[in-house]
Amino acid sequence: MGFFMTNILTIVCFFPLLGVLIILLWPKGKEHETEVKWIANIVAFLGFVVSIPLITHFNRPEYIDSSGMRYVFKAPWIESLGVQYYFGIDGISLLLILLTTLLGSISILSSWNAITTRVREYYCYFLILQTGMLGVFMALDFFLFYVFWEVMLVPMYFIIGIWGGPRKLYAAIKFFLYTLLGSVLLLLGILALYFHQYAVKGVWSFDVLAFQELGIPPDLQYWIFLAMFVGFAIKVPLFPFHTWLPDAHVEAPTAGSVILAGVLLKMGTYGFVRFSLPILPDATMEFLPWMMAISVIGIIYGALVAMMQKDIKKLVAYSSVSHLGFCMLGVFIVTPVALEGGILQMINHGISTGALFLIVGIIYERRHTRMISDYSGLSHVMPVYAVVFLIMTLSSIGMPTLNGFIGEFMVLQGVFADPDYKLWAVFGAAGIVLGAAYMLWLYQRVMFGTIKQEENRKLPDLTPRELATFVPLIILAFWIGLYPSPFLSYLHEPVNQIVEKVRPGEFQPRSMQAQIGDR
Amino acid sequence: MLNYIWLIPLCPLAGFLINGLWGLWCVRRTGRRPRKSFVAVVACGAVLLAFLISLGSFAGLLELEPENRIHEVNLFNWIPGLMVRTVSGELAQFQINWGFQLDPLSAVMILVVTGIGFLIHLYSIGYMSEEEGFYRFFAYMNLFMFMMLTLVLANNFLLMFVGWEGVGLCSYLLIGYYMEKRSAGDAAKKAFVVNRIGDYGFILGMLLLFAYFGSLDFTDLFSRIATLVPEPETAWGPLSWAALLLFIGATGKSAQIPLYTWLPDAMEGPTPVSALIHAATMVTAGVYMVARSAAIYSRAPEVMLLVAVVGIVTAVLAACIALFQRDIKRVLAYSTVSQLGYMVTALGVGAVTAGIFHLMTHAFFKALLFLGSGSVILGMHHEQDMMKMGGLRKYMPTTWWTMGVGTLAIAGTPLLSGFFSKDEILWRAYSLPGGSPVIWGVGVLVAGMTAFYMFRMMFLTFHGKERYDRHSGHAPHESPRIMTVPLMVLAAGSVVAGYVGLPPWLGPNVFEHFLEPVLATAWQPEAGAHHSHLEEILLAAVSVAVAGCGVFLAYHFFLARPEKAGQLRERFHGLYRVVYNKFYVDEAYDALFVNRCKGLGTWLSTFDLKVVDGLVNGSAAATRISAWISGQADIHIVDRLVNLTAEIVEFFSSVFRRLQTGLVQRYIAFFVLGLVLIIGCYLYLGA
Repeated sequence: MGFFMTNILTIVCFFPLLGVLIILLWPKGKEHETEVKWIANIVAFLGFVVSIPLITHFNRPEYIDSSGMRYVFKAPWIESLGVQYYFGIDGISLLLILLTTLLGSISILSSWNAITTRVREYYCYFLILQTGMLGVFMALDFFLFYVFWEVMLVPMYFIIGIWGGPRKLYAAIKFFLYTLLGSVLLLLGILALYFHQYAVKGVWSFDVLAFQELGIPPDLQYWIFLAMFVGFAIKVPLFPFHTWLPDAHVEAPTAGSVILAGVLLKMGTYGFVRFSLPILPDATMEFLPWMMAISVIGIIYGALVAMMQKDIKKLVAYSSVSHLGFCMLGVFIVTPVALEGGILQMINHGISTGALFLIVGIIYERRHTRMISDYSGLSHVMPVYAVVFLIMTLSSIGMPTLNGFIGEFMVLQGVFADPDYKLWAVFGAAGIVLGAAYMLWLYQRVMFGTIKQEENRKLPDLTPRELATFVPLIILAFWIGLYPSPFLSYLHEPVNQIVEKVRPGEFQPRSMQAQIGDR
Repeated sequence: MLNYIWLIPLCPLAGFLINGLWGLWCVRRTGRRPRKSFVAVVACGAVLLAFLISLGSFAGLLELEPENRIHEVNLFNWIPGLMVRTVSGELAQFQINWGFQLDPLSAVMILVVTGIGFLIHLYSIGYMSEEEGFYRFFAYMNLFMFMMLTLVLANNFLLMFVGWEGVGLCSYLLIGYYMEKRSAGDAAKKAFVVNRIGDYGFILGMLLLFAYFGSLDFTDLFSRIATLVPEPETAWGPLSWAALLLFIGATGKSAQIPLYTWLPDAMEGPTPVSALIHAATMVTAGVYMVARSAAIYSRAPEVMLLVAVVGIVTAVLAACIALFQRDIKRVLAYSTVSQLGYMVTALGVGAVTAGIFHLMTHAFFKALLFLGSGSVILGMHHEQDMMKMGGLRKYMPTTWWTMGVGTLAIAGTPLLSGFFSKDEILWRAYSLPGGSPVIWGVGVLVAGMTAFYMFRMMFLTFHGKERYDRHSGHAPHESPRIMTVPLMVLAAGSVVAGYVGLPPWLGPNVFEHFLEPVLATAWQPEAGAHHSHLEEILLAAVSVAVAGCGVFLAYHFFLARPEKAGQLRERFHGLYRVVYNKFYVDEAYDALFVNRCKGLGTWLSTFDLKVVDGLVNGSAAATRISAWISGQADIHIVDRLVNLTAEIVEFFSSVFRRLQTGLVQRYIAFFVLGLVLIIGCYLYLGA
């Protein structure tokens, strides 16, 4: 157990590669494809199982670093540049890692029948993707982070480009180039931090926690913030950097869309929370009004555009833009309640939008069309599907007792309580009304009414395998909606730390603030 | 019993889970639906159990001293959030409990909800017996009961909002119950979205309350507010804003201007749904919420005035529309809107207990009327147009007399429940400092209109000529016992429910006394001029007389001289059309908001595709063009230069190549010539 626990992050991160190795060594040929599917599924599921001890041991003192990070593992990697192999997580990364391992195994399970060509490559890419994403959430060395950040682009590019829809090449190249553009600017930002640290301290290092202690002059912070902003904003995606998203979502295979929406987008928001906010607090406060503005524009703009889409996947894709606007609204106001709500909303979005893409995938697999007008009255033939779809629709529009509500309300409460930004909460809340309008309209058109298309009359309901992909998501949706405190309890500590960095003393009792003033 | 109030909402939840999951399981495994008797027993049993526990808790509450009649049960810490700095600069923890509270107000509500809910559940067994989706219907009904009970039992605003949205969801599901009907789907969506607009106000109201007072817990929040004095009418403070925003929520749920348009459309749902959700319980949630927040409202006089005006205008507008509707359920729907307007008026003038009193009596007689109309609709084989009915009295006597009692009650016949509650509202509107004789006058007018359209409905349905083709279909028939028994119980309730709240000239007002402790945190204005009992009796007599005129007019036009109604309609054709078409409010909303919003959405998607994505694709295209240009430049300039050097060399070489002829004689000749030249130069320069 000792070895396992001290190296747990490395094990969790690289576990999927084990599957890649086995699949590569497995005999080739059509007749072995089912075995490959089994291997991939088992490895992905075990990947989730392996990540569970992260929760159970999270608060054991022997795994807590002095900085508050857990399961820290540090080893020199490229010594001449000061690059380290440096892993460590806090509550924010913990939740995202579990989301990743869970959604990863769910989406691999959902691909069973959907992928018929080049099966081996598909599962290999998917497992590599998994490792890339996990690494992003674990790395505490900025260089290492950047490596994972880029690594994960490649398998996604192939997943969209090979197994995607009719315009897959356009979508794949757009996705790759657009995010790469952001990455380059991000790299510039990282290098600026790197050289600045050398200039101040004379140390070559990419240590993220050390960057937080630098006290960078505001002028420099602004530039670094802007460079990193482009990188992260494209990934989120924030308006107006979002147009790669509908194309990538629509063309990607179902599992690709699930991971794209569920995890990949979170890397952008995670980047803001982990790097921009604590390393560049002055710049964060300086750009706060602008960030609020584009988040709110994203909320309303995404919702309005989603309303008029004819393609279900595109509709869900634009709803992501709207929901991510909520996340960013919460993140950038940097008040404890809103930031916590924003982070919770990242998880919520992964659950509900991930499930919605699975839902679209189910009927796409049966009918090979995603047009809303090709469906009607499905609830007559697919009653269980209708229930699942309804629950996830409600989760997405923030129905109380489901997950979305908690996050949205916390974000709005946190924003509203800041007297300067009250109005942004008022505008943001309008997204809730619009969300109900477009999602329920979609549900009505697809599920209600009579069956008009003959092909739809014989559609089979969910198979047990398909149902299995939804069950964990439904449980989580209700769990977070009814009893979110286990989830929130992991977020309290890191959220307070980040807020304390950006708005020092503002959320401490007055007496303590007075002491700070005296000093 | 008091510690088990959390079981009250839990019973129907269990019923929902059992019926819903078992039903899905059956449909999936066997393709058949679950046994109806099983479903019915589970669903009705769950509600009956909730009703019994409610009765027990009510008894437990009565045992307490009046001023201690509040019992809270916090089940668990629902949202344990971090710190918020409130506007006043204090730190408050954003912490919300999943907690219930029983006090006189919620006690009244749970009794109404579970009691009438149980009767409607019983009735539904008969009404829905032919339906395919029997289990689905009862599952939704139970879910509704759970949400409604959560709403009224919640001890904080956020949990109340859970029930608030939850009942909206059930309303959505039940309005859209006949999902193959397009109009049902549209009505369901409309109901939800319009309610969401109201909820937007509710959410903002909660945000504001927490941002200013650092709590959403009723007891805590109201005790903080109780230290404040009313806000001056000139300056709008947080209390006024909170009151206004919460009221927007109430206008959505309780179908008041401007958000009432969803309720008439909601009649697309099965009739028991209209009775339970859209008459007796859910639509009163807005009234309940405003009553619950009396501490806030009583300190926001401007908003109180607005509430009263919205209420009375809604009452009169809806009553006007109800005058000419042909669909029996639509008459009742507009009547509901109108009666809700009364309740809201009562809240607005500061007569909270009168509003809740009317809420209770209205729940009895309106549920009765809706269920009766359902019985008529079933007896007429799903005919809802009153112009195609008539003379049904002899076929369905029980339905006739029970509905007759309901009609008398709602019309304000003395000594029936509606009389007591309506006249209390009218009297308070007249006598309280927050009211005015104008509101009273309009209220009396509405009472007359109510009597008119209700009796018109009775006459058109049960009396006069039979206006349907008896030979084409089956004859109308009375409904089975399981449906008529709830009607009789409700009829009895419609008679006696008023006696708990007698006017002062007749006896003690037990109801008001019972509710008083709830209003302890509300601001009590100085009593106005003293009014005598005689004045009150006189005003009541006036309203009864006006109602009598309404009844007479209905009799005159629809029973005695039916042809006259047609003539009158011809004469005022334009006016009739406008009113019959509900003043074209729906059309106006569609044109002003719905289509604008869709238009904006379409415009923005084009914008997204052409401009935002256009920029991305444009920059890609620009990159390609610049790549092409550099490619061309590479070929035509850079490479050209390289080739040019070669060509220059070649040119010169082609010139000098001519010298290389290979002829020895010519080389010797050049050689000699060169020698001569050199010697010549040398000699010349040397000299």
